[in-house]
Amino acid sequence: MNPLAVSHYTVTTACGRGRQALLDALRREATGLRLCRFDAAAPECWLGEVEGLDDPLPARHAAWDCRVNRLLALSLRQDGFEQAVAELRERYGAARVGVFVGTSTSGIEAAERAYRERDRAGERLPPWFDYRRSQSIHVPAEFARLLLGLKGCCLSISTACSSSAKVFAAAARAIRAGLCDAAVVGGVDSLCLTTLHGFNALQLVSADICRPADARRKGISIGEAGGFAILDPRCRGDGPVLLGYGESADAHHMSTPDPEGRGAAAAMEQALATAGVRPADVDYINLHGTATRVNDLAEDRAVTALFGYRVPCSSTKGWSGHTLGAAGMVEAAVAMLCIEHGLMPRSLNLQERDPQLRGAIVEQTRQEKVARVLSNSFGFGGSNCSLLFGRAA
Amino acid sequence: MKPLYLRAVGLAAPGLPGWAEARTVLAGERPWRPLPEEPYVPRLLPPNEQRRAPPGVRQAFRAAEDARSACELDFSTLAAVFASSDSDLAVMDRISRILAEPVRAVSPTDFHNSVHNAAAGYWGIAVGCRRVSTAVGGYDGSFAAGLLEAAALVHGDGQGVLLVAFDVPPPPLLRDRRPLSCAGSIALVLDGEPGGTVLARLHLDLADEVETTLEQAELESLRLGNPALRGLPLLSAVARRTPARLVLCHTEGCSVALRVEPS
Repeated sequence: MNPLAVSHYTVTTACGRGRQALLDALRREATGLRLCRFDAAAPECWLGEVEGLDDPLPARHAAWDCRVNRLLALSLRQDGFEQAVAELRERYGAARVGVFVGTSTSGIEAAERAYRERDRAGERLPPWFDYRRSQSIHVPAEFARLLLGLKGCCLSISTACSSSAKVFAAAARAIRAGLCDAAVVGGVDSLCLTTLHGFNALQLVSADICRPADARRKGISIGEAGGFAILDPRCRGDGPVLLGYGESADAHHMSTPDPEGRGAAAAMEQALATAGVRPADVDYINLHGTATRVNDLAEDRAVTALFGYRVPCSSTKGWSGHTLGAAGMVEAAVAMLCIEHGLMPRSLNLQERDPQLRGAIVEQTRQEKVARVLSNSFGFGGSNCSLLFGRAA
Repeated sequence: MKPLYLRAVGLAAPGLPGWAEARTVLAGERPWRPLPEEPYVPRLLPPNEQRRAPPGVRQAFRAAEDARSACELDFSTLAAVFASSDSDLAVMDRISRILAEPVRAVSPTDFHNSVHNAAAGYWGIAVGCRRVSTAVGGYDGSFAAGLLEAAALVHGDGQGVLLVAFDVPPPPLLRDRRPLSCAGSIALVLDGEPGGTVLARLHLDLADEVETTLEQAELESLRLGNPALRGLPLLSAVARRTPARLVLCHTEGCSVALRVEPS
C-alpha cells in the first residue's frame, strides 16, 4: 500500500490528557496506574483511571451521558483535534469523511447501573436508561460523528482488544475502495464492572501492578482511554504515516491465544508485506504485552519466529494499563510518539526478565532515532491486528 | 466503485428457513407462512464450542452454513465480516444481573461469549481460518455497515469475503429499550472477480435517501424487526432475477444505495 498520512492524533489515558502528557510519562517512566478499589465487591487492584470524568455532558448531549461518552468527549477536546477535523471537513466535505471507532464494551457501564436500579420486582429498568445512546456497541462511533459534524460512512468495530487497531486497517481500505476520501479513526473504552469482574473470573487480573515480560508477572491491570487520529491521503509533510497493516484470526480458542502464536505471526507478516518492508527494517515493536503469562509467551514466539532475537520490543501497558478496546489506538499513538521524538520505552515495572522469553525486551529506555514501529493488538476470539507506522519520506 | 460479485446467499428468519426454500417467497411467487422455529445446532463447530456457543452465535452460523451448503467455494479462504447490532444481549443480561448482586461471580464462559466478535471467533475455529476476520456494529444500520466493510475488503484489500449479519431478540428486561421482534441472519459471499457462478452484480454507492421497503406486509415486518433483516430487499431483488435499485439504511444522513444486476 501507499503510505497513508496520519495528519493529526490525540490520546487520553491514566497518564493524562493529550499526547504531551503520555510523552512526558513515557520519558519520566511514570506510570498512570494507581492501586484502588473501583468496586467494593472487587479485590483491590491497580487501575488506569482517567481523571475528570465525574462531570456530566452538557445539556444538549444529556441523552448520551455515560462514562464512555464523557471519556470520548474529553479525548476529542485535546490537542486541537476538533479544529483539525473542522479543517478536514472544509477540505473534503462532511459526507466524504468516514468515522471508524473501536470499542469493546461501549457504554455497558450505564447498563450495569440500570440493572442495579431495577424496580423492586426486578422487572423494569429505570426510565433514564437509554440503550440506543449508551450500551449499544455503535454509540462511540455515532457520538464521535455527531460531535465532529461528519456525515459520511460510520463504522463501529468491536473485536475485543484489537478493536481500535483494526479501525486503521478498515479506514485505509475504505479510502482505497472509494467509500470515503479521508477518515477519523479512534478507540475508546471506559472502566466498568463487566471487564473487571470478567477478567477476574478468568484469573487474569493482577493484585500487583502489571509487569509485562517479568518472571513474576501475575496478569493485567485494566485501564481506560480514548484516542483519535486523522487519516488524510492528501496530507503532505514529514509527519507519521501508516505504512502497513495485518489482521488475522487464531482459529484456536475463544479466550486463550494460540500458544504457538501462529495467528499473531500472520498479522505481523502481513503488516510488513503490505508495507513492502523486511523484518530488519523494523526498529521497535510495541508489544500487545498484557502481562499474562500465556499472552507474553505466545507473542514472544511469534515475534522471534518472524524477527529473530534482535529487534527491540516492549509493552507500554505498565503506563496506561490494558485499555482493552482502546489499546490499539493508545499504542498507535505510542508508536507515533516514538517515531516523532526518537524514543524506545522500556518495559515498565519489569524487575526480573522472564527467562523463557527470547525476544529483545527493552529494559532501559533508549533515546535514539526510530524510523519504523510495529504495534501489536490481540483480542479474545483470537482477533489479531498489527500496524506498521513510519515517517513520510 | 467496481462491482461486487455475489457468489452465494444464506438466510435464516421466521418462515424463511434457508435461501433455497425462501427464494420463491422473496420473489413473490409464494406467500410467506410461519413455520415452527427449531433451535439450531451449528454443524461446523467442535463439540466444546458447539456446547458453549450462545444463541446469537448459533443464529449467525445458521445463515453462514446455509450459504456454504449451496456453494462450492472453500470457505476457509474467505475473509469474514460479522455484522450485528447487539450480538447477544442474553449474555449481557446474565452478566449485568450478576454484577448487581453483592457477590459478583461472572461466569467465565459468559464473559468470553460477551465480546461482540464471539461469532467471528467461533467461525475461525469452525473453519480453521486464520484470515482477516472482523466484527462490526451499526445499530439498525448494521447490515449496511457489514456490507461497507465487506466492499472495502473486496476492493481495498483484494479479498473474497463471507459477510454474516445476525441479531437475536433481547431478553424480556431489555425488550422495551431494544425492541427486536425476531431472530434473523443473512450471509453473503462476495468477491471482485467476474467469471464463475455469479448470482448478481452489485454496484454500491453512498447516498442520503429513504430506505427501500418490502411490499409484502409480513416480510416488511421481518425487515423492521431485526437489523440483519434490513438486508431482505437485496435478497428479494436477487430472488426476482430482475435488475433493481434499492437503498439500505446505514446511519443518520447516510444510506447505502445498491444497483442489483442478477445474472
